[in-house]
Amino acid sequence: MKILVCISNVPDTTSKINFVESDTKFDTQGVQFIINPNDEFGLTRAVWLQQKQQAEVTVLTVGDISCEPILRKCLAIGADKAIRVDATATDGFFVAKQIASVCEKGSYDLVIAGRESIDHNGSMVPGLVAGMLEYEYITNCISLEVENGQAIAAREIDGGKEIVTSELPLVLGAQKGLVEESDLIIPNMRGIMQARKKPLDVIPPIDAVASSKVTSFEKPAAKGAVKLVDAEDIDTLIDLLHNEAKVI
Amino acid sequence: MAVLTYTESENGSFKKSAFEVASYGKALADQTGQKLVAVTFNQEDGSALSAYGVDLVVNITGGFSETFSAKKFAAAIAQVASEKEVNLVVISSSANSKYLAPLLAVKLTAAYTSNVVALPSSTEPLTLKRSCYTSKAFSTVTSNQPINIIGLSSNAFGIIETQSTPEQTSMTTDEASSSMVVSSVEKVTGTITIADADIVVSGGRGLKGPENWHLVEELASILGAATACSKPVSDMGWRPHSEHVGQTGKPVASNLYIAIGVSGAIQHLAGINSCKVKVVINIDPEAPFFKAADYGIVGDAFDVLPKLIEKLKTFKAA
Repeated sequence: MKILVCISNVPDTTSKINFVESDTKFDTQGVQFIINPNDEFGLTRAVWLQQKQQAEVTVLTVGDISCEPILRKCLAIGADKAIRVDATATDGFFVAKQIASVCEKGSYDLVIAGRESIDHNGSMVPGLVAGMLEYEYITNCISLEVENGQAIAAREIDGGKEIVTSELPLVLGAQKGLVEESDLIIPNMRGIMQARKKPLDVIPPIDAVASSKVTSFEKPAAKGAVKLVDAEDIDTLIDLLHNEAKVI
Repeated sequence: MAVLTYTESENGSFKKSAFEVASYGKALADQTGQKLVAVTFNQEDGSALSAYGVDLVVNITGGFSETFSAKKFAAAIAQVASEKEVNLVVISSSANSKYLAPLLAVKLTAAYTSNVVALPSSTEPLTLKRSCYTSKAFSTVTSNQPINIIGLSSNAFGIIETQSTPEQTSMTTDEASSSMVVSSVEKVTGTITIADADIVVSGGRGLKGPENWHLVEELASILGAATACSKPVSDMGWRPHSEHVGQTGKPVASNLYIAIGVSGAIQHLAGINSCKVKVVINIDPEAPFFKAADYGIVGDAFDVLPKLIEKLKTFKAA
């Protein structure tokens, strides 16, 4: 079984979000970049399939050389090889085109990407890849087993979950639940040493045009101070929620 | 040319999000001088959509229309969109709509913009404001495609009534082939989901253990609210993962969010940024949540909650 895990390089979850160049670019100053958490849940599940079912795990990112540390981290976690498409990830459509092209050449049984990145929150890359390749697709995936060439997965739905079976090849949108946070693999020294020797191929992008462009960013309006209500004065809180906020 | 909206229903009734996407679709149709077409699946009675300015309801029938399948539904919507020469599609932010949107985008060679929070500031080229960085920022996005799918952020536009007398038709579309089979569905019944709720009541580690959740549940039931929790609570298994709100959990965009014993880590606050009014009850006056909240009580949850429950019971009964 060949698995491709798509990795996005995103600001750490605790990052302060600021913009520069007249609010057109994200301010990377002092920001640490990490593997997109949703992608990392997917990667961990893939590494388990490698350990238990001898799957081969390739990680892929679309980005410039600054993305290589996170690809090395993926290799240290346990991926067998890495591919970097040397291009700026302009939008979800462009990225999906690059991934689909790598899939066509590599004939992967499973393609895993986070359900969304925590920076752009586009929620589209895995679905676009599935649509472009006409593969089956399950997103918000919270469990996965592969047996006899068939996937059994759970999808989180509003208010519950559904269990689905699907033939391969399959594209999965990963999220927390696919593995738990406590399952995430922290690379050890041996993993880090091995990662240096594992292949990291840099390939040129295919021709594709982004379907959209971000022209500017803005931050939400500053919020007024909290109105504190005395713990003994619940009536005032109810009055404020009813008459001022009009939410009850 | 027309605007199309996918109006979701369940067990014969429309979801609240259906009325919101229809309202947005109507405003968009007016802005672009087009008709509004609503697509439903296995929903014979589309008359409820007459309150939201819909001009035509196309109900898709046939065996596959009874069970949601992203691939099959996307293919069917694409077929209607092509027949009606649709250039703008509006969908909600429900799990199912977000699931099918990118598949539909490929079918229609359309651009897809998710988490949209307002009507376009321009329609040529289509320019949309959307939330990003898990609601810590907004971006303005310009599309260069002639066909566009707008994923509307829930509770961002609201429901606006506009009476119309829609024509109702049913249609049998081609069924897309898929090897996927839904073998079982586990769904909580009788309680409102976080996605549909106007009010969400959320508990954190301050509640000390799952045995104390009856307080959160009782408060939620009085308010007709959904229950949610912080990440540590779901990590410790006190509550199911589906209730985890935050950056790696669910986003919430309710009118009211009441957080009890939740300190307000940046990742949690990111998930609730889109809520209209936030209330925090926490024993620690230094808890970061107080900086994000509109109303706050510094106090012990076990002291405040029973009182709040009693007072709200009286308030609701009045």
